[in-house]
Amino acid sequence: MAEIQNLRTSAETGLSSLFEASRKSFGTEEAIAREEAFRFFEAAGLPSRRVEAFKYTDLRAAMKEAVPPAEAPSAEAAQTAVASAKGFAGLDAARLTFVNGHLIRNLSDLDGLPAGLTVTPLNDAMGKSDARLRLLAPVEQARENPVYQLNTAFLADGALISVAPGTKIERALHLRFIGSGSESFSTATRVLVDIGDDAEITLLESHEGPNGLTYQPNDALDVRVGKQAVFRHARLNREGNAAIALSTISVRLDDESRLETVNLVTGAVLSRHQIFMHVAGVNVNAVVNGAAMLGDGQLADSTLLADHAAVGGIGREMFKTVIDGNATGVFQGKIIVRQAAQQTDGKMKSDCLLLSDEGQMMNKPELEIFADDVACGHGATCGAPDDDLLFYLMARGLPRAVAESLLVQAFVGEAIESVTHEGARAALIGEIEAWLAARA
Amino acid sequence: MPAVQETIDRVRSIDLDQYKYGFETTIEMEKSAKGISEDVVRFISAKKNEPAWLLEWRLDAYRRWLTMKEPEWARVSYDKVDYSDIYYYAAPKRPAAMSLDEIDPEILKTYEKLGIPLREVEVLEGIAPERRVAVDAVFDSVSVATTFKKELSKAGVIFMPISEAVQEYPELVQKYLGTVVPSTDNFFATLNSAVFSDGSFVYIPPGVRCPMELSTYFRINERDTGQFERTLIIADKGSYVSYLEGCTAPKRDDNQLHAAVVELVALDDAEIKYSTVQNWYPGDNEGKGGIYNFVTKRGDCRGDRSKISWTQVETGSAITWKYPSCILRGDESRGEFYSIAVSNGMQQVDSGTKMIHLGKNTTSRIISKGISAGRSQNTYRGLVSAHKKAKNARNFTNCDSLLIGDQCGAHTVPYIESKNASAVFEHEATTSKISEDQKFYCLQRGLSEEEATALIVNGFVRDVLQQLPMEFAVEAQKLISISLEGSVG
Repeated sequence: MAEIQNLRTSAETGLSSLFEASRKSFGTEEAIAREEAFRFFEAAGLPSRRVEAFKYTDLRAAMKEAVPPAEAPSAEAAQTAVASAKGFAGLDAARLTFVNGHLIRNLSDLDGLPAGLTVTPLNDAMGKSDARLRLLAPVEQARENPVYQLNTAFLADGALISVAPGTKIERALHLRFIGSGSESFSTATRVLVDIGDDAEITLLESHEGPNGLTYQPNDALDVRVGKQAVFRHARLNREGNAAIALSTISVRLDDESRLETVNLVTGAVLSRHQIFMHVAGVNVNAVVNGAAMLGDGQLADSTLLADHAAVGGIGREMFKTVIDGNATGVFQGKIIVRQAAQQTDGKMKSDCLLLSDEGQMMNKPELEIFADDVACGHGATCGAPDDDLLFYLMARGLPRAVAESLLVQAFVGEAIESVTHEGARAALIGEIEAWLAARA
Repeated sequence: MPAVQETIDRVRSIDLDQYKYGFETTIEMEKSAKGISEDVVRFISAKKNEPAWLLEWRLDAYRRWLTMKEPEWARVSYDKVDYSDIYYYAAPKRPAAMSLDEIDPEILKTYEKLGIPLREVEVLEGIAPERRVAVDAVFDSVSVATTFKKELSKAGVIFMPISEAVQEYPELVQKYLGTVVPSTDNFFATLNSAVFSDGSFVYIPPGVRCPMELSTYFRINERDTGQFERTLIIADKGSYVSYLEGCTAPKRDDNQLHAAVVELVALDDAEIKYSTVQNWYPGDNEGKGGIYNFVTKRGDCRGDRSKISWTQVETGSAITWKYPSCILRGDESRGEFYSIAVSNGMQQVDSGTKMIHLGKNTTSRIISKGISAGRSQNTYRGLVSAHKKAKNARNFTNCDSLLIGDQCGAHTVPYIESKNASAVFEHEATTSKISEDQKFYCLQRGLSEEEATALIVNGFVRDVLQQLPMEFAVEAQKLISISLEGSVG
């Protein structure tokens, strides 16, 4: 029977030649990992809608041309970019600054950090074969993912963050990723966070860039959360309106650790945020939330894999999508409960509010269960704002637009409420309000 | 929470070792040449004395099938079928029977053993239970008997083997055949289009409420054969029909293929209720033998205010690949899917439904209950989609799964695609959404929360199952009392 062979797209051919061109500059050990990742990627090519995991987000169609990796920006360019950055601006936090995917050392707090917290630029660590590099890519399924493979293959910069056992870092660490310039570029950054037993840290991430610029950021966050450790994470995507933004979180949770992560998307023409969570230890508590507020032409994809491999894990996953214009929202969530993971309690929910007739929402909340003593549930809803609720508010004198905004805020707010860091929570709510104000 | 003992016992009582229908009937059969080729397709068509257009349709499907690949996306793994090593046509050698007395007594005995009433007279004389069901009995590739034909024709209802309908009502068959499941639809449906041998044809004229339930009983008997039946049901404007389907097969060590196609068409204000008790031989506890059940079932709510409802009780087959679907084309049309799938031993089930909302104010409801035991894998896979024009589409989905033992798996793969703001879709996998009022009523009378939940849900399912005729009731009755305790999403 006839086999259908995909022709290679110009983007795929382009990526291959970009990879060949950049090969010379690699070190030995990393070169092998990159080579391997790229060969895997190359064999399958850019994922199209025929690939189940990319059914609703056709990267093959969206990424028409391969975009060259960004050069490191000049000092002035970096200064200008930072001056206009808005994500989590003004919050009291230690900061690491990435402009076009390159760590800008003189604009980053690499020294003077609280005791127990160390930050090493990834390029320094790679040169010295840092032992922590072995902690990279902690979740198997992430390593098989084409977006993550591309990140590995083109990895240009990043950071290793370590929190010593028993240290509770009060002040948040803010990673700001800023795109700037006028030429198309791509980035591939990797941040590794290694949290020792009983340690705590709050990590904020903001991603932004100018409108109209077609750039392709691809960032990955690898996290190991030690026993009884706590990892709090808030991520804000306010990329420019022509960006294709790909991101992956790959997190391994040890005994009795706690994860709290939220991702708010307002930017990028196409974004895909992937979370690979591996519950390796017992009695883990994980809160994974996401919110997307989308306007004309945007597509935002949240893909989650929660893999429970140990007893007693609690998972709460809540995703909220607000769709305006002809935007498309995608949620793909999958909870796996392995045979050993008895007494797992997993709840996954994806809700969508459609504000226009042209918008669309694709939901795929999956369960894969092999243990018989678990309580797992998933829910998905989709619809327009409730007329009764609107009427209630309008009957109290609010104009329709205000009433609708209020409902939308309450709807999205649910996913943001879990953010423990007050400043970050306020900043995210500010983003939601700004989105609603711009719409009105 | 784990399953309670009562549930475990009940599931065990319908265990594989208890398969009661595994006997074989020895009878002389006529078969096509082994394997598939244009000649075999022509042979089947000639056997049925088919018109040229149908032969052409079959050959087209066959040629297309040659270019297709067997689907691999379902969560099942099995030894691939060797399509050149099966018989695509097998029929009892005796000439077609004009009356019941002419049917090979061996076949009659077979159906008696299965508890299928082929003798109308008994029913009329009140010996058998009062329930009257017209039966079309399909034995391997051909229909051997159809009961109550005369009485049905008085009401204008056409109920006959599809091979006869091709002769007697060619224009009706040609008008509707392949309009719901086109011959290009998928690998198995295309194969079926090329080699389908028999199946039932039902036409209910406008405004007629079919005076009795119609049913088809499928029996695979011959070794190394595949069964490829095709059922076509048309409910004309304002009519109603309830149709039941049952199936069994002998116990054998090798796998046999069953690739059927069912097409339903409901015109304005019509309603079709389609119920299945699927009890093909599931293989033994080690996964040896059993039927591969690769079936395409689809209903088209073509007319406004039409309704199609699928009910299935799935206990058999080694591998199940089956997604009875509704295309809600007419405005205010309604689709329903109620399913209980029990897997045991090494069985693998990948089943679910599709509700495709195209018309305005269309509604659909999906209730699915999967129970896996032994080392089986049970997957619910479903799609609910609302087209841009499907204003006010409404869907409610509830799927529960229950695991008994830690060697099996239960999986849920729902796809919910909404392209319309006025569409309201709800999907949930917990039992908490049962009407709070009903629950409160039960709790007030001293039932525990679990008992109340089980009572309400089972009461609901029972409604549907009670539509099934007595002869299918054995498994179904056992199943309905399985409680929902310990169910997981």
